[in-house]
Amino acid sequence: MLILGIETATIQVGCAIGGHEGVLACFHAAKGRRHVETLVPAIEFMCRQAQIDLSDISAIAVDVGPGLFSGLRVGVSAAKALAQALRVPTIGISSLDLLAFPVRYTDRLIVPVIDARRGELFYAFYRQVPGGAQRLSSYQVGSPDDLASELLARGEDCLVVGDGALRYPAILTEVSGAEAGGATSAFPSAASLVELAHPQALREEFVQPWELQPLYLRKSDAEINWNAAMDRAT
Amino acid sequence: MSETPDQFLILGIETSCDETAAAVVSNGDTVVSSVVSSQVDLHARYGGVVPEIASRAHVELLTPAVAQALVESGIEGNELHAVAATVGPGLAGALLVGISAAKAYALAWGLPFIGVNHMEAHLYACFLEEPDLEPPLVVLLVSGGHTMLVAMDAHGQYRLLGTTVDDAVGEAFDKVARVMGLGYPGGPAIDNVALTGDPTAVKFPRAMPQGLDFSLSGLKTAVIRYVRDNPETPVADVAASFQAAVVDVLVDKTRRAVAEVGASTVCLGGGVAANSLLRERILDLCTEEGLRCFLPSRSMCTDNAAMVAAAAWWRYRADGATPLDIGAQPNLRLA
Ligand SMILES: [Zn+2]
Repeated sequence: MLILGIETATIQVGCAIGGHEGVLACFHAAKGRRHVETLVPAIEFMCRQAQIDLSDISAIAVDVGPGLFSGLRVGVSAAKALAQALRVPTIGISSLDLLAFPVRYTDRLIVPVIDARRGELFYAFYRQVPGGAQRLSSYQVGSPDDLASELLARGEDCLVVGDGALRYPAILTEVSGAEAGGATSAFPSAASLVELAHPQALREEFVQPWELQPLYLRKSDAEINWNAAMDRAT
Repeated sequence: MSETPDQFLILGIETSCDETAAAVVSNGDTVVSSVVSSQVDLHARYGGVVPEIASRAHVELLTPAVAQALVESGIEGNELHAVAATVGPGLAGALLVGISAAKAYALAWGLPFIGVNHMEAHLYACFLEEPDLEPPLVVLLVSGGHTMLVAMDAHGQYRLLGTTVDDAVGEAFDKVARVMGLGYPGGPAIDNVALTGDPTAVKFPRAMPQGLDFSLSGLKTAVIRYVRDNPETPVADVAASFQAAVVDVLVDKTRRAVAEVGASTVCLGGGVAANSLLRERILDLCTEEGLRCFLPSRSMCTDNAAMVAAAAWWRYRADGATPLDIGAQPNLRLA
């Protein structure tokens, strides 16, 4: 069973192929937000270099976010189309789950944080469990101050990873016991994606391609303004 | 490269604005299937297209549209010969949904990818319904996003003769309709109510900027001001007078364009090309001047993917496949 993973939730674009023998090939580029330009050529290149035919893929895994809306749309659209064309099922995994996974060997609270732009962050809380990292909270969107006060309230040692941690290091390190991860843990990894998707694929925990949707966590401005206007009117 | 098959089948994909569309076209002139999932209801309450809402809807609607286009065509994806998508102009976030999916289909089925200019696709909508059209043509493209006069000298050879310096025609229709409480989209609403109105009731300005360019914001503002100051004037009369002013400008510039280019044929394209007064007046113009006139059906005027696949056929024969690393080009020009 081979899984193709697609990851485009941040400024990085990535893809990987793996299965029970581990990750066989992996590509990442994190310069210039060139998701739509890079993704499909990268998959083609990776398959050619790893001598894997796309017809040998039995599931498509994709990072559904939260993250950059345009990036997520490129990844999810490509994943749906590939799954439809290859007649294989899909698996959607959150960007925050992917960030927590590689740092799961710490006893500390794990806090993946993705830059949500407009002065906000996407984040969630995780703790190490045998074989992985378990999510303790819902996926949240809030300001760096919101996150800092939540960390203070929890009052435990924590490891904050992701591009959000790099963008707002000062606010997070003001919280005692909080440490920000470095550049190597800044972006969700396509390799983690296929690793996490593999057991799900074995359990046949699939979603149909048409059910796959980005996890936006934020309505469009037009809807927000419309709802606000409706609230004022009633 | 292998021999060209008798039937070269292209899957076209269109997501540049608020229609999610997929179609299969054979040899650039025969529509095998064409599916359009309109998002008009999603945008209606906002009185115009909201880019973020459009982009989200494309992600949701595209895969089902492609599935339906394939089912209706009765062919399997791997029996296609190419996959095409609009790469621009259009809304950046909307374009990249179609581009990303089209490249993925092309990769999975081992087919060439063809990137298409949306404006060129509108021109080729005419060739889909009237394959024996011959350049040189003058095409008036009018919609919510574009207002332009294009000379098509030969296949793949275009000159932009004139464009709007401010609002697009469809945009003016939408804004005026909103002020008059006629709802969205404004084009059909105004067309409909104007049928019972007096087009000479109000004398609105006909702005004629230099050359073959258009300017519509002055007219739009005049109508909005008039409606505010004269609430007792029947809506039908205002709508008819506004529509008459817009059409006067469009027809006058088209007449000048034909004379300048020496074209023998005039075609219409874009959503506003469905306007009944505009169609009537363009037909009159062509009769007067002894020109051939082609007015596409309403479904071919509005955004669809059959026109994308048709344009792709000509593009592919001229330039071959498009490199897979092409991105969205929101401001792509025709010429
Ligand atoms: Zn259009």
